[in-house]
Amino acid sequence: MIPHMITEQDIDKLATLARIALTSEEKQKFQKDLESILGYISELKDAPISEIVPSADDYYLTNVMRADDEAFVAVQNTQRILAEAPKSDKDFFVVKKILNNE
Amino acid sequence: MKEIDLKNLTIKKANQAILAGEFTARELTEVYLKKIKTDNTKLNAYLEVFTDALEQADEVDRKIKSGELKGPLAGIPIAIKDNILIEGRICSAASKMLADYHATYDATTIKKLKKEGVIFLGRTNMDEFAMGGSTENSAYGPTCNPHDPTRVSGGSSGGSAAVVGGDLALCALGSDTGGSIRQPSSFCGAVGLKPTYGAASRYGVMAMASSLDQIGPITKTIDDAELLFNTLRGKDSFDSTSMDEPVPGALPAKFKIGIPYDFLGEGVNEDVKKNFDETVELLKSKGHEIISIEMPNLHYSLACYYILMTAEVSANMARFDGVRYGLHVNGKDMVEDYFLSRGAGLGKEVKRRIMLGTYVLSSGYYDAYYGKANGLRRLIAEDYKKAFSKVDAIITPTAPSVAFPIGKNTNDPLQMYLEDIFTVPVNLAGVPAISVPTGKNEQGLPFGLQITGPHWREDLIFAVGREVVR
Repeated sequence: MIPHMITEQDIDKLATLARIALTSEEKQKFQKDLESILGYISELKDAPISEIVPSADDYYLTNVMRADDEAFVAVQNTQRILAEAPKSDKDFFVVKKILNNE
Repeated sequence: MKEIDLKNLTIKKANQAILAGEFTARELTEVYLKKIKTDNTKLNAYLEVFTDALEQADEVDRKIKSGELKGPLAGIPIAIKDNILIEGRICSAASKMLADYHATYDATTIKKLKKEGVIFLGRTNMDEFAMGGSTENSAYGPTCNPHDPTRVSGGSSGGSAAVVGGDLALCALGSDTGGSIRQPSSFCGAVGLKPTYGAASRYGVMAMASSLDQIGPITKTIDDAELLFNTLRGKDSFDSTSMDEPVPGALPAKFKIGIPYDFLGEGVNEDVKKNFDETVELLKSKGHEIISIEMPNLHYSLACYYILMTAEVSANMARFDGVRYGLHVNGKDMVEDYFLSRGAGLGKEVKRRIMLGTYVLSSGYYDAYYGKANGLRRLIAEDYKKAFSKVDAIITPTAPSVAFPIGKNTNDPLQMYLEDIFTVPVNLAGVPAISVPTGKNEQGLPFGLQITGPHWREDLIFAVGREVVR
């Protein structure tokens, strides 16, 4: 791992991946901030590596299963949930058209 | 209005007084509402005080009278961090994104507390989506420290700690991903517990970094923290990471206390160091054994944490799309709606962490950052495991300094992150830890001691806490 220079293009790319519109002031600030934080984080390059194969939940290895019963009673919460939506129609969220007709 | 001495009141005392009829839940609630009215404008600790608090209290009084309610939390006024859902009420995570969001259901912990007959006083200020260590990242302004309003209350559960430290509530709930219960509790002179990962259900708590998040109590005494924790704990089928706690082992009469001296070296303020040394002497004088321990991977914790946490944040925050709930800003097409809604609704620190998380997960960097950090996390957990084969509990200061002035770290995110140095390793290992007050400095600012125990041994850290609290 090498300490990284963060360019303006990097910031643009990350903002695109994260789907966040940034102001030019935010972009400048984040460029500086990310460089300084990644500089600190890069100390990990000297860190030892565990011989044990890592996993996100090493300490909690039992898989937990249960039936979809009480948690998901169909219809029961639909109206309450839709009431929080910016736009809804009957039992649906309204979103803009995704596919073009071309 | 009834005279009630809030300063010396505890959950235990209040509950006994209410059940014995010395005062009613309504009378107690009235006293708190009055105190809130005088102090909250200055502190900005509550984002909302519930207008139906007295109605809730009347209902509780009625049930106490009829004998329906007689538990240890009956009639207790509590404050709730603004990222825990109470059905029908606004829950904003101190973000503009959720300014008008009404919770559609009760968090499991809220359900449990309702059953016990508590009174919800209001929702408390926090760093936006629990990201920060000073409550300065709230979209609604910082919460001031009740011991010195020019200083921060800590974060991210700053509002919850400030209302307990300032007697604007008898107790509160917070959430802790990297220290967000313990550090503000330390700054505000309160007791704050981060339980073992999995001890308490997180159903209905807004997810920040799911492999690290826990909720827990902020109280005035260790007894109160234990009382509240006993209500919160337990398996919940709606949170598959929750578990029933195994029956704890016996408590030793004298404790073996480990201190990772190598880790305490740099960056700790002199007055904090001095207070910590006094605590060590106090423990020795009571016949407990102090053992110097080595935890060689601990100093990688913060770097490791800021990779794993931001990676999980970037995934968890993807739900804010302006479609299902929260702020919607109209663009020319659906994708632009995402960009504009998220750009307008999320604050600076949240964006910064999403960007960082996106970076460490992006193609080409994943192995070097996320993969490496995940492996290190295991080694850090092993350090704890080894330590606990020799000692009962580990102590460090909760934070490297007392509450710092508002604005001191706001322009330097890295400096702000360094405030979490002692608290983050605990979340990485999933072990329980508590911050207990250990006196104040010359300016009257509280010190906190962090006591960490093995998985599922909250009983142990409560017991050690009782030896040092002052």
